[in-house]
Order: sequence, then C-alpha cells, then structure tokens
Amino acid sequence: MSDVALPVADRAKEPSVYVTPAWKLTWLRFTKHKLGVVCLWIVVLITLMALMPEFFSAADPNVTSARLAYIPPQPVRIIRDGHLVRPFVYGVEGQRNQRTLKMEWVQDTDVVLPLRLFPRGYAYRLFGVIPTDRHLFGFGTAEQPVTANILGTDRLGRDQWSRLMYGTRISLSIGLVAVLISTVLGIVLGGISGYFGGWVDNLIQRLIDLLQAIPAIPVWLALSAALPRTWPVTWVYFAITVILALLGWTRLAREVRGRFLSLREEDFVTAARLVGASQGRIIFSHMVPSFASHIIAAVTLAVPLMILNETFLSFLGLGMRPPAISWGVMLQEAQNLQSVVNAPWLLIPGVFVIITVLALNILGDGLRDAADPYSH
Amino acid sequence: MHWFIIKRLLLLPFLLLIFSIVSFALIQAPPGDFLTSYVAELAAGGTSIDQAEIEALRTRYGLDQPIYVQYGRWVGNLLRGDLGVSLEWRRPNSELIGERLVLTLILTTFSLLFTWAVAIPIGIFSATRQYSLLDYVFTILNYIGLATPNFMLALVLMWVAFDKFGVTVTGLFSPQYLDAAWSWARVGDLLSHIWLPMIVLGVAGTAQIARVVRANLLDELSKPYTEMARAKGLPEWRLVIKYPTRVAIAPVVSTLGWYFPQLLSGGLVVSVVMSLPTIGPLLLRALVGQDMYLAGTIILIFCMLAVLGALVSDILLVVLDPRIKLESA
Repeated sequence: MSDVALPVADRAKEPSVYVTPAWKLTWLRFTKHKLGVVCLWIVVLITLMALMPEFFSAADPNVTSARLAYIPPQPVRIIRDGHLVRPFVYGVEGQRNQRTLKMEWVQDTDVVLPLRLFPRGYAYRLFGVIPTDRHLFGFGTAEQPVTANILGTDRLGRDQWSRLMYGTRISLSIGLVAVLISTVLGIVLGGISGYFGGWVDNLIQRLIDLLQAIPAIPVWLALSAALPRTWPVTWVYFAITVILALLGWTRLAREVRGRFLSLREEDFVTAARLVGASQGRIIFSHMVPSFASHIIAAVTLAVPLMILNETFLSFLGLGMRPPAISWGVMLQEAQNLQSVVNAPWLLIPGVFVIITVLALNILGDGLRDAADPYSH
Repeated sequence: MHWFIIKRLLLLPFLLLIFSIVSFALIQAPPGDFLTSYVAELAAGGTSIDQAEIEALRTRYGLDQPIYVQYGRWVGNLLRGDLGVSLEWRRPNSELIGERLVLTLILTTFSLLFTWAVAIPIGIFSATRQYSLLDYVFTILNYIGLATPNFMLALVLMWVAFDKFGVTVTGLFSPQYLDAAWSWARVGDLLSHIWLPMIVLGVAGTAQIARVVRANLLDELSKPYTEMARAKGLPEWRLVIKYPTRVAIAPVVSTLGWYFPQLLSGGLVVSVVMSLPTIGPLLLRALVGQDMYLAGTIILIFCMLAVLGALVSDILLVVLDPRIKLESA
C-alpha cells in the first residue's frame, strides 16, 4: 500500500518541486505497520456497528421472553455431512429437566436454518431518519424467518448479538465524547499554559497536579453514585461522559503544553513572528499543524481507557443503567461466579471490550510512531 | 534536596485540606441523605419507620445541621483521630475500615511484588532479544493484558478454576478463619488464597511496566557506555545486568508511589467480583447507601495514600537517578 509510483499519464504533469504534506508522510509511514492497518479496519467495522446497530442486529434487543432464557450460542456452520454448504445454524429445542426443573437446550440437527443476507425484520429508522426493515443477516426462509441466537440469550431471553450491537453504540460513543470533551479542555488549557507561560502556566499546572493526585476510580464511583436514580437515560449518559472527562483531560493538557513549549523556541515560529504574523496565525496555521498528528495519536490512546472506565462503572451498577444497553451493563449479568458457570456466554461482551481496546491501542501506537519523524 | 522535601511536606496539610473538602463535597452531592435512602430501603422491604424516630435519628447524627457545621464536625473529629461512626453499620468506622485496610494493603503489596517479579525479567528479555519470536509473543501478551478489564480476568479465572478443578476461589480466607484472631495458621490460609487476586490485579500493571523496561533498556543498550563495557570484554549478560538494566529499571522503581495507589483503586472492582474482605465492597456499599462519613473517610484515605505515594516517588526519582536536578519544584 505504500507504493507511491505515479501512473504514466500523470508523469507529464509532474511538478518541478515535490511537496508532501506532513499528514501524508505520516499516513505513508503508518501503512507500513501491517498490524496497525488491520486494527484500523477493525475500528472502522466497530464504528459502523455503533453507527447503525439496528442494521447489524438480528432481533429487537429489548424484547424479553422468559421462555427463551439462557439459550447457548448457536454457532454458524458451513460444513454438513462432510460437505461445504451454505452457512447455516442448527435449530435448538428446550427440554425441561424433570429433576432440576431447569430448561436445557439441545441442538436439533434435523432442523437446518440457512443464513440469509439482508432479510426483512423489525422496522427501524436508519441513522434515525431512513425508515427500513432490512437487516444484515437472518435465518430460515423468506416466508418463515426464524430467530437464531448466534451468541445465545441472556436471563430475560434477549438476543445477545443484537444487544451487543446496540451496546457498541453507547460504549464507543461514551468513550469518544468523553475524550472529545477532555481533548478540548486539554488543548485549550494546555495551549494557554504552554503559550503564555508565567503565572497562568503556574496556576494551570498546579490544578493539573491536584487533579492527578486524586485517585480516579474511587472519585468516579462517588460521582456516579451521586447521580439521582430518577434521571432519564440520556441525562445519565451525559453525566457519565462529563464525569469521565473531568479527570481525563490532564494528561492531554500536559502533552499539548510540552509541545507548545518546545515549538515556541523553534526557528520557524521565530521566523513567523519576525515577519509580523499575528498570534492567532502563529498558533493555528504554524504550530497546531505540526503537533496535530501527536494529538490524534494521544486521543486514539485515550479512547480505550475511557471505554474501560465506562465498563467498570456500569459493571458495578454505577454507570449506565438498564434499560440503556452498554457493554458494561451487559457484563453486569455475569457479575458472579454462579451466572458465569450457568451461562459462560454472558462474558462475550467482555471479549468485545478486549478486541476494541486492543485495536484502538495498537492503532494509537502505530499512529504515534508514524507521527514521530525521528522514529525508525 | 532537603529543601525540596521540606517544601513538599509543608504542602501536605494544604493538600489534605483540599482533599477533605473534595471528599465531603462528593459524599454530600447525592440528593437526600443517609436517612432518606434508609427509609426508602425500609419501605422497599415492606417495613416503615415512625416520622418522629427519623427526626430523632437526624438530630442524633447531626444531619439537620447546615453543611459547613457538618463538615467542621467531621474534620474536627478526624483531626482528633476519631473516624466517626458508620450510619449503616452502627459501628465505629475505624473498626470497619481497620482490618479491611490492612488486607487491602497486603494484597496490593503482593500484587506490586508480583508485577515487578514478572515484568522486569520480561522487559529485559524482550529488549536483549528484540524482534525474536518470544519478544513478539510478549508484546502481544502485553497488549492483551492492557486491554483486559481486571474484573473480566477475575471472572474467567474463577470460572476456569470452578469448571476444571471444582474449586471456588473467592474471598481471602477459608470459612473457619474468616473471623478468627490472627495466628500463623490464619496467615498461611491467607497466603493460600491471595495468589489469584494478586495475579488478577497485577496483570495490567505487568504489561505496562514490561513495556517501559523494554523501551528504556533498548535506549540504554545503544549508548556508548554499553559499547565501551562490551569492548572491555565483559560477558554480555553480566554487562546487561550490571549497567544498562540498573538505569532502565530506576524509573520503574521510582514510580512505585504512583503505581501503588493505582493498584489500590484497581483493586476496588476486583474485590467486589471476588468478594474479598477488602475496602472495595465496603466503599461501594457505603456510596450506594449514602453512609456518608464512612464513604468520605475511605475516599480521604485513598487521596492521602495517593499524595504520599507521589511524594515518595519524587524523592526516589532523585535518589535513584542523581542526574535529575530539582529546579524550581
């Protein structure tokens, strides 16, 4: 992908001087990092899920059915009787154990439910606007669609896969919004601190010292416990993001300040000042572009931390609360050993958390290395 | 150097004052007070409580006073070493926190030692055998370790232990030692339980520190003094251990003061999942039940440990690496 050979037709228009903007150099270096590129694709896929969970889901995530509780995952298979066939799942049948009175689900290998792409399902509005009822996949035939739970169902018989898709929206967006808020705070305060120096710098640095000395998790717990139980879901959502951002901006501010301090002494900034550029112009058209890639990398590395923190809070019952769906809320179902032993598939949202955080971390590291012109 | 320490020590009371205000503000933030949530809990349980009795309790706990009076009383008592009484447990906070705090500190110390014992050798190995197969394996394991929420790891390990070996690995003691007095047998019992929470708690930090050691050592290995030692004919492993490693692990050791409180906070969630008799479950319960003085005291203790930790780190940083100069700090 790093191949930059120009097509022959373009050779004629070759400019006499090559100018490659910094972001393009960064991008070229980044694409050499194969694992980073794979992770970029994973992040794109997860973002798509967060943007349109309705399309990716197979069933309404809020429909409960006690009869269908704790169905184990029905894996998608492609081999039947030793032959490669169209992807399908086997049907399941519930039998009540006469001794324990527990529902036991057994696979019925006579019932074959073929996988279908883009079937009709429950109606929804794509991006909240376009009304449609198409989904990514479904099972059974067009006349007789059957709900199969590829990741099993939970205590209330809700389809885990569909809930995961909806959970992606909240978990990912909380991470992004919280980081966005802390980025703005960090850039503004860090920038002011680094550019102006003096007592302003001192004041902001002491504030950062103070905030960094506060142990984050107990304070987050206390702040989220302070949210009134009666608040609607959206309010809780915004409150949680603000709570996460409140202690999260300090690291970014430090980084921005450091960049500003070192850039302030650079020759090109002095040159700009000497030719009479205004302060705003120096900051925004000379200094910001030269550390923008670092900020992007730092932000990418901050998002997974926020996602983990939201998962912690919700897992303890202090973050998002049902009926909202987030990965942490889903993991609450697996809070003790008993439920995990009963239904190990309830831990699957945790696997999603790990994959997302992993991908974002590797992506962020790749971007950071690519953004540093002195790395090799 | 001495001036630096004295300055920082003089700053401590000021910081504690700020933290006490923050802690108090945090526990005052929820609407209502302990009694309203107590009444709600009773109502949910089907019992009710006389209005006059509520008022009597409110006066007794001083909840009817203005906020600054409540704050003044709380801090005043703290200064005299009185941590107050838990509203919910009707027992002195010092009694509730005491043993749990000791166990929390023991667990955290074990995790810290585990982290170093695993992370430093891995870091050294990865740096000296850069781009070897094992280096890649460790790098991938590090990423996974960083990405796994520790409660998830706890749940998976508990599940595996139960499913494969049929043992339930919750708590820090066997039932017969739970409320027993301290004895060698009890210590032994603790040691036989502590290893799993110790590993769970230490994994994320291990990943982080192994990365730091690897990066630092790689920097040091390419420096002229290493080349010089090699030219003198020092055996490779002795050279690595003797010079660059010491420089590479100095920052790791000196960040102990930051890492310790971080482990302490991380332990909150793990101890809830593994039902450990540590501070975590107590704090969570106190926060949900608005047992304000108990919650406030615990948060203040956490803040204090964090500040002390940062101070210890700053001092160690200078002691271990004489090249670091303390300027205006």
